[in-house]
Amino acid sequence: MRWGVVTFPGSLDDADAVYALREVMGQDAVALWHKDESLQGAGCIVLPGGFSYGDYLRCGAIARFSPIMKSIIGFAADGGLVLGICNGFQILCEARLLPGALTRNRSLSFVCEQVNLRVENAKTPFTRSCRDRDLLRIPVKHGEGSYTAPESEIRQLEERGQILLRYTDRTGVPTEATNPNGSLHSIAGIANQRFNVCGLMPHPEHAVEAMLGGEDGRRIFQSIIDSAP
Amino acid sequence: MTSNVASLPGDPHVNEALARDHGVSADEYRRILEILGRTPTFTELGVFSVAWSEHCSYKSSRRHLKMLQPDRERVAVGAGENAGAIDVGDGWLAVFKIESHNHPSYVEPYQGAATGVGGIVRDIFTMGARPVANLNSLKFGSFSHPRTRYLLGGVVGGIGGYGNCVGIPTVGGEVMFDAAYNGNILVNAFCLGLVRKGEILSAKARGVGNPVIYVGSATGRDGIHGASLLASAEFAARSDHKRPTVQVGDPFAEKLLIEACLEAAKTGAIVAIQDMGAAGLTSSSSEMAGRSDGLGIDLELDRVPLREEDLTPYEMLLSESQERMLIVGERGRESELISVFEKWDLHAVVIGEITDTSRWRARYRGLTVADLPVKSLTDGAPLYDRPAAAPNRNWQHSMVVDRKPPQHPPGSDALRRLLDNPNLASKRWVFRQYDCLVRGNTVIGPGSDASVLRIKGTKRGLALKVDSNPRACSLNPYVGAIATVCESALNVACSGARPLAITNCLNYGNPQRPEIMWQFIRGVEGLRAAADALGVPVISGNVSFYNETEGRSIPPTPTIAVVGVIEAVSKRVTQHFKRAGDVIAIVRTNPPQLAASEYAAMFGGGTDWLAEIDLAREAALIDALVEASGRGLVSSAHDISDGGFAVALAECCFAPDSLTGAEVKLPESEGDLASILFGEGSSGVVVSAEAGAMTELRAIFARHALEARTIGTVTSAARLKIGSGISEDTNELRSIYESALTRRLGNVG
Repeated sequence: MRWGVVTFPGSLDDADAVYALREVMGQDAVALWHKDESLQGAGCIVLPGGFSYGDYLRCGAIARFSPIMKSIIGFAADGGLVLGICNGFQILCEARLLPGALTRNRSLSFVCEQVNLRVENAKTPFTRSCRDRDLLRIPVKHGEGSYTAPESEIRQLEERGQILLRYTDRTGVPTEATNPNGSLHSIAGIANQRFNVCGLMPHPEHAVEAMLGGEDGRRIFQSIIDSAP
Repeated sequence: MTSNVASLPGDPHVNEALARDHGVSADEYRRILEILGRTPTFTELGVFSVAWSEHCSYKSSRRHLKMLQPDRERVAVGAGENAGAIDVGDGWLAVFKIESHNHPSYVEPYQGAATGVGGIVRDIFTMGARPVANLNSLKFGSFSHPRTRYLLGGVVGGIGGYGNCVGIPTVGGEVMFDAAYNGNILVNAFCLGLVRKGEILSAKARGVGNPVIYVGSATGRDGIHGASLLASAEFAARSDHKRPTVQVGDPFAEKLLIEACLEAAKTGAIVAIQDMGAAGLTSSSSEMAGRSDGLGIDLELDRVPLREEDLTPYEMLLSESQERMLIVGERGRESELISVFEKWDLHAVVIGEITDTSRWRARYRGLTVADLPVKSLTDGAPLYDRPAAAPNRNWQHSMVVDRKPPQHPPGSDALRRLLDNPNLASKRWVFRQYDCLVRGNTVIGPGSDASVLRIKGTKRGLALKVDSNPRACSLNPYVGAIATVCESALNVACSGARPLAITNCLNYGNPQRPEIMWQFIRGVEGLRAAADALGVPVISGNVSFYNETEGRSIPPTPTIAVVGVIEAVSKRVTQHFKRAGDVIAIVRTNPPQLAASEYAAMFGGGTDWLAEIDLAREAALIDALVEASGRGLVSSAHDISDGGFAVALAECCFAPDSLTGAEVKLPESEGDLASILFGEGSSGVVVSAEAGAMTELRAIFARHALEARTIGTVTSAARLKIGSGISEDTNELRSIYESALTRRLGNVG
């Protein structure tokens, strides 16, 4: 399967995602430019972290109108796999491919640190190389990562298993203190109802090499590789 | 162009008084009259005032900075370009520099710090290098000062807001609080970039007829006189009115500019490039032309992209609007370059050309508004040999020296209180707000002695450390400067890297006072002595004078960043103990002393006398550490600096993912206990190694005429025992150390 990693103006982790996929995971990965419409035959699209268009309006609010997003919205509607990381997650929410929104961190400050994550649903294309309740250690780095949605929406997400990852302590228990941004229900990652679109605040592309702090992010990419048609 | 220079309607009448308001002295004004043979236009006066400002011209320091010039063969690019470069192996050059943004950050902390980062980053990618790491050195007033909290939040927010958004990791830094900085904080920003050998770009204009291309953001009125009236003058009590001289940063535009410039570099059509930093269009254009003898530059100001329509030539030439670069392109390849910038939605406009006239000329609406010799703005700027004199007996030290006997017994409680001191405690509150991961090279991030990056595609690593020691410098500006270089180089060596080169940011008071000039010269002499002894050339730097408020100067604060190389990054070493059972040894280079120590600042017992540092022993220690870690013998290595031996040992126990203890005897059986436990002053390192490796390790140190004395072992029990006096739970010590800042500042995250 070919991966397409989108570069918007202001994308920052695009090169890191391409590196993780090509050099570490051994995948065929191509860079996609925001002004283009072609997805170059990619089977999974990655919307990387960063500050697309400067995020001066709302995070991801402008990126959703770019030419490439038109193609990606169609691709997702056809069941194509889409992974949004950090700013990519924000863009997917703005594009209504995922429910809810990401707002300013509870502390009102940017936070960069390793977090512990519990796998909540291991039966999805994004988590299938894990088991339920596995713990992953992957970093977050964002100023606006507090996941929010109406309580009814959250309940549906919980019931349908759309919550994929939750912030927890080292033993797998979600607590107020281990929630880095104030997300409702300690939500760190979700999928859409069809389980082909996923948004994560943690950065799996920054957890693929032991020398750089850990390899747990590989399991997210490996899950997608294993899910390829 | 016509040779007749014209004033514009509405220009103020130029005379000596107006010059003085521009910070141009009567002597300097007379010199302008001589150079031109006529009265300057208002535009020309503005141009001279910024080009001849202390900030741009280095007129008080240039004479002395010659002392720092490195031997040519040691460096790939030295002084004279925007930053220096060294060969780090496998075809890569590392380009790096540190620069101050002190006054803007005091007046407007968020934007001041943000644009400080933006400016230093441009100095790096202007050389064709991809910026891969930022560091910073911050000095604030005392924690209890009412403005400190506001300044700290603003500066950290600004560094993060800018650095995080341009996608360059902030991998380390230092933060200090002391009342000596109550009225004048320091914000020194460092950036390092990597470029392939042979692909480095120059800032030296070449080729008569080559186009001068303006790229990046449009020009506005922000930052006018930032270099002259803000950066080159001391503060009065209220500086709020200077806020409009602080620029406003747009990190998004900078990110686009980085990508566009690096892409444009690949075309090979860039002859020279320089960022429009201090004094904006004036300095970038005159400096590029001034680097080549005989070349001149003609600018057509009507073509400058503007944010507002009615900017005057004076404002366009002096604006310090951010995220702008000036390129000398190859004639005939303009459109090739412009199309790259258009792809990234940035302005790119030909605004002039290189001439053979040796003149710097600007035209506006058909009139020549400035016509001067290029070199009068650069090499021909005033050069002063300011009087320097050691202070007399009644000289008030800028940092308090408490000569009373220590008021606190040197034991457990002193250790706890030192770990709770914001200067020694964990800076996690600060660095958690910085993205230290982006670009995927960070092997050791903030929180160990030096930060380590890998160089992709090689086995190599780079180690980086920024340091300063104002307490020592205020006691003795010469020895203090040596101590600063030694400490940062030793930190780099502790990580396993061979220190290769340094960059410095020299922060001092008003150079028109002889005792300040004396501090500065002694500082430069100390730098040179240490750089020579340790074999680390100074490849770039920056001077910041006038760090004073109402006649009170900051302590002399030379900030040093050292960059080193690890041949195999897999052999990097951190300061934290790794395994219970490892043997702990101490290597002392110089006797520990309470003078200029954190302990003395808290409890007294300091002296106003600083012992000389044995540089040969410091150099030997560095060599021994690099050799030992290269052979894989070292489990951990940590320098004994702020807080002394006891604090260093506690820090060794605080690994990010585990907690150990240690049981050691006192390193010295005789002497003053406070000095042994808490003394500072280039006094060595604490290393740990597997028991089986200790013999070989000791032999390596012995070959370098140093003694590694075994003092104890790492324990799995979370308890730190030092001699018979200290026995503390390391869980508790760590919680004091980790919570000291949060407790004072509130939680973040």
